[in-house]
Amino acid sequence: MAEVVSKSKKKANMAKKYSKETYLKWYETMLRIRRFEERTLMMYGQQKIRGFCHVYIGQEAIAAGMVTAIRPEDCVVTAYRQHGIALCRGLSSNECMAELYGKETGAVKGKGGSMHFFSKEHNYFGGNGIVGAQIPIGTGIAFAEKYRGTDNLCVTMFGDGAARQGALYEAFNMGMNWKLPVLYICENNGYAMGTSVERTSNVTEMHKLGASFDMPSESVNGMEPEEVHEAMERAAAHIRSGKGPYYLEIKTYRYKGHSVSDPAKYRSKDELNDYKGQDPIKTTEAKILNNKIATEAEIKAIKDKIKVEIDEATAFAEASDFPPVSELYTDNYVQEDYPFLE
Amino acid sequence: MSRILTLRDSLREAMSEEMRRDESVFLMGEEVAEYNGAYKVSKGMLEEFGAKRVIDTPIAELGFAGIGVGAAMNGLRPIVEFMTWNFAVLAFDQIVNNAAKTLSQSAGDFNCPIVFRGPSGSAGQLGQQHSQTFESWMANVPGLKVISCIDPKDAKGLLKSAIRDNDPVCVMESEVMYALEGEVPEGDYTVPIGVAAVRKQGTDVTLVSYNKMMLPTMEAAKLLEAEGISAEVIDLRTIRPLDIDTVVESVKKTNRLVVIDECWPFAGVSAEVTYRVQKYAFDYLDAPVIRVNSADVSLPYAPTLVDAYLPNAAKIVKAVKEVAYVS
Repeated sequence: MAEVVSKSKKKANMAKKYSKETYLKWYETMLRIRRFEERTLMMYGQQKIRGFCHVYIGQEAIAAGMVTAIRPEDCVVTAYRQHGIALCRGLSSNECMAELYGKETGAVKGKGGSMHFFSKEHNYFGGNGIVGAQIPIGTGIAFAEKYRGTDNLCVTMFGDGAARQGALYEAFNMGMNWKLPVLYICENNGYAMGTSVERTSNVTEMHKLGASFDMPSESVNGMEPEEVHEAMERAAAHIRSGKGPYYLEIKTYRYKGHSVSDPAKYRSKDELNDYKGQDPIKTTEAKILNNKIATEAEIKAIKDKIKVEIDEATAFAEASDFPPVSELYTDNYVQEDYPFLE
Repeated sequence: MSRILTLRDSLREAMSEEMRRDESVFLMGEEVAEYNGAYKVSKGMLEEFGAKRVIDTPIAELGFAGIGVGAAMNGLRPIVEFMTWNFAVLAFDQIVNNAAKTLSQSAGDFNCPIVFRGPSGSAGQLGQQHSQTFESWMANVPGLKVISCIDPKDAKGLLKSAIRDNDPVCVMESEVMYALEGEVPEGDYTVPIGVAAVRKQGTDVTLVSYNKMMLPTMEAAKLLEAEGISAEVIDLRTIRPLDIDTVVESVKKTNRLVVIDECWPFAGVSAEVTYRVQKYAFDYLDAPVIRVNSADVSLPYAPTLVDAYLPNAAKIVKAVKEVAYVS
């Protein structure tokens, strides 16, 4: 922790390196996610949203850094803590909120819920609910890009819990052996549900997992969009040069529990407050204002815009209908006349 | 024009023809390339298609099945070979939780046109872990299709249909049937998924089976013929979706049914066939349906126990006599 804090102080002057547009993009991306997730929790409390629900609050700098580091043509696949990733890929707040409500106007017509948003239009491959299963899938998505000879890569995201799955070992191995264009990202938020990283393995520095595959690996401070952006840009350049995978352990923190039903009693208040002190939205806002990158009025305009957007998304979700019962038998097979049993 | 081909050669023809036809089709699995296939199904394919499209994997079923799923979601048509379906158990997460559910989870945005293929069922004295049948396991899952056929002509046409299908298809073969010979037509043809075949016409009893259990079933039909009992024999060819209409039509004629199924009896394919026949042909049945399954145990090694475990012609004849009330 202490190391991370001092590092971020050292980088205080980094602000001038990036354009106003970039800073405001990061700020808006993070604020959208934060406000969306706060509304998600509120509406979950009102039982408008049901099922398993994992919010991204605290981890927004990763989504922000990714937005500017990769291209729209690149593919992204992640786990079930995915609202923020879907939003940063370009899915609208309307369709995401409507999906949480289970409405037919949702990103996947109310069929996926909190854990499963998808969008072919935005090269967003989901929202996977089985811990670690998306690691081979992302490797396969990258396989297809290489097979077709494109310049695209697949960002394959997973948590520190998933890093203990055998699927990671198998996928890392084949990804490296076949030099696939895949950027593996471990969002290390310190806890696999309620079990801390220290309790799941004697190897607690997640980036070291790449070493046994000779995979270039780095540890990144995930509380600052600059650092995420830089590391991902570096990784993407390496991958696009045909050298195969790159692996980033991005250290982050979730302010809330694993899911809405988790009071997170397994960690201390001090630890939480320590991270809240490095809140990426607050620090980015301060950087923008202190370095006169943008005015307070411009920041306020973004805040107002996001507030309206989230209010509208909620109203949109409220006003939308649940899918009709006739949708039960659709989208199970592409075959249109599949003979389902009674 | 047709020629005599083994099952192994007909399956290879199916894959090679589809790979020539469609650049997005590729084959991956353990030993499929340089070794020419553990059972030589892919012999020579590396030479023709190169290492980009015929890919040796490490022994990592979960990993390469998942890579196949990702590739299928992203526009390719993978054929994933398992050395045996017993090893595919390691990959069930990817088959069941992802391949089968991608279309539903994404509300139709992403489909998963992938073929998972390999041998299923007993293959000699291979012991408990290498002798299981998986048709009923996979057929239980909405989103998947399941093919199981050893006739070289039909297996080729079905595999071609599977590769062209836009849904995930599990193809069950048989180690001990790869050398089985049959007439296979020249040229491009497909056999539709979901249609059973009547292998022998008959009037007194209907025998329903699939995969290599078709052999003792046909043998039993012959033995019964000599005793004056005329059996109609149906090869299901596809397990999901199941062509129950062909079975029901036959039972309406014969009024008696025996189902021969190498799957274990509990909640197996035979149970499903039997349920549907009692539902759709109840008034036509002159006797309770009887099934001949593998024994409800893990298959041990000793030859006497293997014989006792598996369905065979004698067990089938006995079952037929029971439904025909012939002693």
